[in-house]
Amino acid sequence: MKIVVCIKQVPNTNEVKLDPVTGTLIRDGVPSIINPDDKAGLEAALRLKDEYGAHVTVISMGPPQADTALREALAMGADEAILVTDRAFGGADTLATSTTIAAALKSLEFDLVITGRQAIDGDTAQVGPQIAEHLGLPNVSYAEDLKVEGDSLIVKRQYEDRYHMIKVKMPCLITALSELNKPRYMTPGGIFDAYREKEVKVLTRADVTVDDSTIGLKGSPTRVFQTFTKSLKAAGTVVQLDPEDSAEYMIEKLKEKFII
Amino acid sequence: MSLQDYKGVFVFIQQVDNKISGVSFELLGKANELAEGLGTEVTAVLLGYNVSDLCSELARFGADRVIVVDDKALEVYTTEPYAHAMDKVIAEYKPEIVLYGATAIGRDLAPRVSARVKTGLTADCTKLEIDDETKQFRMTRPAFGGNIMATIVCPEHRPQMATVRPGVMQKMKPVEGASAKVENFKVDFEGHQNVEVLEVVKSVVEKMDIQDAKILVSGGRGMGCPENFQLLRDLADALGGEVSSSRACVDAGWVEKDIQVGQTGKTVRPNLYIACGISGAIQHLAGMEDSDVIIAINKDENAPIFEVADYGIVGDVTKILPLFTEKVKAAMAARNA
Repeated sequence: MKIVVCIKQVPNTNEVKLDPVTGTLIRDGVPSIINPDDKAGLEAALRLKDEYGAHVTVISMGPPQADTALREALAMGADEAILVTDRAFGGADTLATSTTIAAALKSLEFDLVITGRQAIDGDTAQVGPQIAEHLGLPNVSYAEDLKVEGDSLIVKRQYEDRYHMIKVKMPCLITALSELNKPRYMTPGGIFDAYREKEVKVLTRADVTVDDSTIGLKGSPTRVFQTFTKSLKAAGTVVQLDPEDSAEYMIEKLKEKFII
Repeated sequence: MSLQDYKGVFVFIQQVDNKISGVSFELLGKANELAEGLGTEVTAVLLGYNVSDLCSELARFGADRVIVVDDKALEVYTTEPYAHAMDKVIAEYKPEIVLYGATAIGRDLAPRVSARVKTGLTADCTKLEIDDETKQFRMTRPAFGGNIMATIVCPEHRPQMATVRPGVMQKMKPVEGASAKVENFKVDFEGHQNVEVLEVVKSVVEKMDIQDAKILVSGGRGMGCPENFQLLRDLADALGGEVSSSRACVDAGWVEKDIQVGQTGKTVRPNLYIACGISGAIQHLAGMEDSDVIIAINKDENAPIFEVADYGIVGDVTKILPLFTEKVKAAMAARNA
């Protein structure tokens, strides 16, 4: 069984803080991590490797620094790593990104492609299903659990108020939720191998068969018209009183606002 | 085919068990504003099995026309038959704009359709508008955990598509007796069912959705332990509200995910939001800052939640809440006396 896991290196947005004066993001010193949903997808693949001896390849599209994320995946136990990187791929929206990744995947053999549901920097949840569409694969999104049954997968697919148990024949694509599992740590031996024994294969524009009009900024139907920092509403009143007076204070305010 | 040949604002109507999801009504409300700006009509696209009796409801909530694809293949949502139907509807009717709810269905369906139609899709929008002068469709969404807002356009491709989170847009006031033109559209699903739904398991507890609550009493890590959520329950009961929570409490296993407010949870905008022991990570603020009145109780005077709170109380939430609840009960009793 061959599995490809798509991962994205993202800034740890949980550690992004606001500058109290300007209201802008302080990005300096914010560490880059493997996107959490993707990491859960990787862990799911590694468990299938433990159980069935699956071969696990990780692939990432991004700047050269994404090498670090791929090395981490190797150190966790992935067998191969591929970095898709080229200025020609830059400025891509989700459609152009998915087109590029799908084109890179076409040169690989796989039974299963796993992506995270969404990345914490963009939160779009689009690239997984779009890759599946480009490759003509069935996809099951929001996977909370999965197991192999013959040539099929049984996936627990999450919805807001329910779940579906879905049987899907491989090859297929699954988008993983963080709830899927708790990813393992890198091992010291794994880290050593990831940097000394294993390689990250690099694919550039010339290595990927794809039309120029479908990649990068040019291949992106959407454009950023403008970005702006959300203006925080005017700060309210903050008081420090003893518990009794605090409670009384809130009652007064609720009465002023006609809530009670 | 030129861009001008694409006309109309279309809304994908999400139904589950033949009940229309609230977000679809919200989108019809927004679609009416957009259609007015463009001088065009609102079309609801209703996919399902035995769903035609839902059309009148869609008319009341703002649909000028309903396109119905009624087929057994659409009885329970799976990606391919739904994507196939939307693709065929788009190819036939050529809408200018298509809106979807940013739900577990919409966020799976819309990207699949966008890749098939080869058009742009903007996720989780919080604002949609038509520019008065250029008539350009502008889609604004939070990025980077919620602090940066990005306005996205899709200049050269049609339809322009967006998903919108539930709870963000406003439903129209239903117009009794309103009618819509209903068109049945046949789609061949042969070869388009590539997964099998073995089982559908609904959540056991039918709780009120926090997005529908007028008052939310929300707890964070500062509550200290899951048992202290009872304090929130007591206050919520006294106020006639519901209990919600921050992500930290869900991750800690204290409460269920369906009551989580924030970027990865639900967007809420109740009349009153009481944040108890919630520090206010930007991901949380993104999900609640549009509440009408926000009260925050936190022992850390530097907690970011105070930046969005109308009234902030620095203090021990477990000491303040029981006293507050008693006073609320007394006030309510006095009011009803």
